[in-house]
Formats: sequence, C-alpha cells, structure tokens
Amino acid sequence: MLRPIVRGLGWPPDMWRDMGRMQREMNRLFPGITLPSSGGYPALNVWSSGDDVIVTAELPGITPEKLDIAVEGDMLSISGSRALPELKEGEAYHRQERSHGRFKRLVQLPFRADTGKIAATYERGVLCISIPRIEEDKPKKIEIRGE
Amino acid sequence: MADTMKELETKKEKRPMEPEWTRDRRVYIPPVDIVETQDTIELSADMSGVDETSVTITLEGDVLMITGSVEPATYEGYRLVYNEYDIGDYRRSFNLSDTIDHDSIEATVKNGVLRLRLPKAEPVKPKKITVKSG
Repeated sequence: MLRPIVRGLGWPPDMWRDMGRMQREMNRLFPGITLPSSGGYPALNVWSSGDDVIVTAELPGITPEKLDIAVEGDMLSISGSRALPELKEGEAYHRQERSHGRFKRLVQLPFRADTGKIAATYERGVLCISIPRIEEDKPKKIEIRGE
Repeated sequence: MADTMKELETKKEKRPMEPEWTRDRRVYIPPVDIVETQDTIELSADMSGVDETSVTITLEGDVLMITGSVEPATYEGYRLVYNEYDIGDYRRSFNLSDTIDHDSIEATVKNGVLRLRLPKAEPVKPKKITVKSG
C-alpha cells in the first residue's frame, strides 16, 4: 500500500477510491471510529483493547518536535510537515519520489480520551499514540449481591 | 534487419523470472530521492520500521540491492480495528555504473529513512584540461 508517491501528498486517485471503500467497510465493522479526513497522509492503523486505543502511523523522516498531536474530547489530530530537501548549487535530482509537504489527519475516537495519560513514541519512523479512555466513562461492572 | 529485431524481442521475453522470497510476506518498493552532487550520488529511501539491524545493503557486480525486514506490529491485549496500511519488507535494487566508487559507499538509517552516500570514482570527476598555446 505504501507505493512511491511522486510529488506532494496524497494517494494516487485509484487509492482514494479504494480507501473510501475500505473506510465504509471498516465503519460497518467497527462503528466507533470514524476518520473525517479519511484517505489522507499519513495512513493510520487503529488498535483497540476494548477500552483504550493505539493509533499508529508510518511517518519516515520527521522531526518529532515538529509533530503536533492534540486530543480534544474525542477528537485526535495529528499534524506536521516534511520539508523538501534544499539542493545546493550544482546538485540535481535524478529521482524525487518521496513525499513532502504539510499533513493533517483527524480521528474521531469512540470515547472521550483521558488527555493526561496519552503517550506517544516515535521510533524507526513509526508514530505510536496510546490513548486511554477516561476512567469515569468506562463501563462499570455491577455486582450482584446474594441474599 | 527484420530478423535482428525479432531476435531482440525474443530475448526480452525470455528474461528470467525474478526469484521469489522464502518469507511469505508483502514486499514494498521504498520511494527514493536520488540527488547528484559534485562528488557523490546521494540516495534517501523511506523505509518505516527499519533500523540499522534490519536493513541490508548488498553490492553484487553493478547491482546495489536494498532490503529491509520489518516485523508485524503487535500490541498485547489489542486487536487491529482499522487498517489503512500494511507492514511488510522492503526491497529495491539499482544498477550502478562504473562511475561509482564501489568500495566507499556509506549508509546510515535514522527515523525510518535510509541514506546512502555513493562517492563518484576518481576518473569521472570533471577534469579541467588546459589548452596550451602553440
């Protein structure tokens, strides 16, 4: 799925269509998570434990400090940019396939996030955001007391 | 003349098939930037998930082969509920011309980006030829 993207961000047009189809299928399978800006960059994977989620993205060559991760209520936003390397005098591209530019993705979570406990790591070009559900919203188990 | 053309086409068809991998896993072609500077060719490849232990660069004859292996991500107690990208290995090869000094290629990996520095061999560096007056 990670095909070379030539100039700018975004998938080739046929990928958009495939992504839309996949989005619809996934929405049917897992109605809790919706991605308002589906099919953008970076591509996301979402993992769930039932209560908490982990969102991962492949973002090679990013300066982590320049990555902006924000959660407001149940909306996660990931934004940042990747600069086009500047060429010096006398240098020339033979190939320019790697994407560059600004990006932003929004993910609607199936719950309100516990913003104080969100943790993010960036290793080997992979962003991993762990988002716990706010404790008071978690389903409570009701004990049945015997007589 | 016509016979020569036919022969050329036939040879193209008989090109050997690419060997398969033993590992049954998706293989991606990493996107690359290649920049030529005065003394080097610099190659950058996006290979999310690889580090210096999982990327291999081989040079066999004139063929430079880049491979990277990535283990699928798993998170204890979590299951994948939404999937936009898949994880797999990376593989891409390039033909290097004689103009590259094959012995002094340098490679680094940082944040999932492989960078290769391919120095140009001495003889191909531009030489200024002085024209003497007769």
